[in-house]
Amino acid sequence: MTASERRNLRNGLLFISPWVLGFLVFCVYPVLKSFYYSLCDYSILSPEVFTGWQNYVDLAGDEVFWTAVSNTLFFAVFAIPLGLLLSLALAVLLNSKVGGRGVFRTIFFLPSLVPMVCLAVLWQWMLNGDVGLVNDALRIPMNAINSLLGSDLRPPNWLSDARYAKWGLVFTVMWGVGNSVVIFLAGLQDVPTHLYESAEIDGANFRQKLWHITLPTISPVIHFNLIMGLIGCFQVFAVPYVMTGGGEGPGRSLLFLATYLYQNAFEFWNMGYACAIGFVMFLIILTLTLLANKLSERHVFYAGK
Amino acid sequence: MPANKRSISISTLLVYLALGIAALMFLLPLGWMVSTSLKPLNETMSVPPRWIPSTIRWENYPEAIAEMRYFWRYAANSLWICVLSVIGTVTSSALAAYGFSRIEWRGRDKVFLLLLATMMIPFPVVMVPIYGLFKDLGWIGTFKPLWVPAFFASAFNVFLLRQFFLGLPRDISEAARMDGCSEFGIFVRIILPLCKPALLVVALFQFLYSWNDFLGPLIYLTDQRDFTLALGLQSFQSQQGGTAWHHLMAASTLVLLPVMILFFFTQKSFIEGIATSGSKQ
Repeated sequence: MTASERRNLRNGLLFISPWVLGFLVFCVYPVLKSFYYSLCDYSILSPEVFTGWQNYVDLAGDEVFWTAVSNTLFFAVFAIPLGLLLSLALAVLLNSKVGGRGVFRTIFFLPSLVPMVCLAVLWQWMLNGDVGLVNDALRIPMNAINSLLGSDLRPPNWLSDARYAKWGLVFTVMWGVGNSVVIFLAGLQDVPTHLYESAEIDGANFRQKLWHITLPTISPVIHFNLIMGLIGCFQVFAVPYVMTGGGEGPGRSLLFLATYLYQNAFEFWNMGYACAIGFVMFLIILTLTLLANKLSERHVFYAGK
Repeated sequence: MPANKRSISISTLLVYLALGIAALMFLLPLGWMVSTSLKPLNETMSVPPRWIPSTIRWENYPEAIAEMRYFWRYAANSLWICVLSVIGTVTSSALAAYGFSRIEWRGRDKVFLLLLATMMIPFPVVMVPIYGLFKDLGWIGTFKPLWVPAFFASAFNVFLLRQFFLGLPRDISEAARMDGCSEFGIFVRIILPLCKPALLVVALFQFLYSWNDFLGPLIYLTDQRDFTLALGLQSFQSQQGGTAWHHLMAASTLVLLPVMILFFFTQKSFIEGIATSGSKQ
């Protein structure tokens, strides 16, 4: 190493030292410690007792845990693809040559600024079974159908009905997709126009251009939004927690992995068990992210590579 | 070709129609929130819904503030935590981003990958040991757990600032080095002034994050008077048990208002920052 290389190494490490410290204290240490705790009986009030894999064995036989897993999967399976589709569709609309693009973009973005607690309180109100705005809107077509067919369709009591509560939550988070709309739009604007021009010369229609030019070119952005969606959905906590008044919803329908983890850690003081749940959550996120990366190797196109 | 022209205008019309409907869907809930916040209680329950209250009840706002008891304290707490976190993250993330972009050192890009990987670790996974750490330090029930970590650079902000730093030409650093300027001097006197917009973006994101944070205050704050606005609103809502919706909506509007005001003054930076976060290098 030359003198200048050594100096650069020293300077580089000095500059990143705040992050290195934070990485060690708020990342490496807690991840290791959390894994250790997940192998212990630990209540924070008394010293931990090593119990091996017992917490994981208990988890496997814990019905409430499996409810949390299946709720979380349900939420992710619907919220992630629907969110991607909705935000991509809005971005594609915005990217066509329309006036007032800035205004529309701002309108779509605004709700994603709403603090999670406000969002939850507002949508609890929106989804109110009797006087909520959502049901008011739904009653119009439903009443029309009812008077036509003599049927008895009624909008559900979203958050107090175990069958519909998670759908209520999915709608709620759809309202906050503005962030990914902005990211998608930026990606769309980076697609070189000459690609479209030459396609148009060859007589390509809108669908062909979307399928063969737009989607492949912005595939890295889709990948990015997908990963962000994954990480976000699997730790969903604040919105359902607030919507249910700090609970888990009717029939535990709004109990998610993070909720169960929180309950075990800070309501039952069962910290070791909570850490085990955390590791399961981490493993799920890690597996799915690696899977998404694997898929992207085949389908994501990086310009210049 | 007139037929072609007509089909284009029809498709444009359809695009406007779709955008208009979507825009309405995105705006209605906000409008409903404000509308409810200005109604007398009995009108919140009217079917079909009334958009314009028979009398505009501004008193809902002072009443909601009074019912939350410590509203102004919550606001001051939130603001204080936000300011400290912003200072912390802007300085520490800028330093780290500089080290990851403007200096060449062996292993730099591998360490940066490590930084990116840390974004995948969900907070709930590390929550218990971090809580234990703060408990040992005697920080539970204080604001420290909510702002001290900001002084250790967040991966997302480092990533964002690095993108901006990489965009500056190499030569400006080289020229300064030739003149004998120290690395820290280059950072403070040359790079930072050129990156003010990027620093503003990071400051805004952090402000928003701290203002919105719910889980952090929920586990670290113990005394009601120390609550942040987000936590205060949640505790108000759970006491209410979902009856006085006009007051709840007024309180929600008040919690949202500072964010909206901030956004309208800094819209361009905000949107650009979000757009950058999705671009990979």
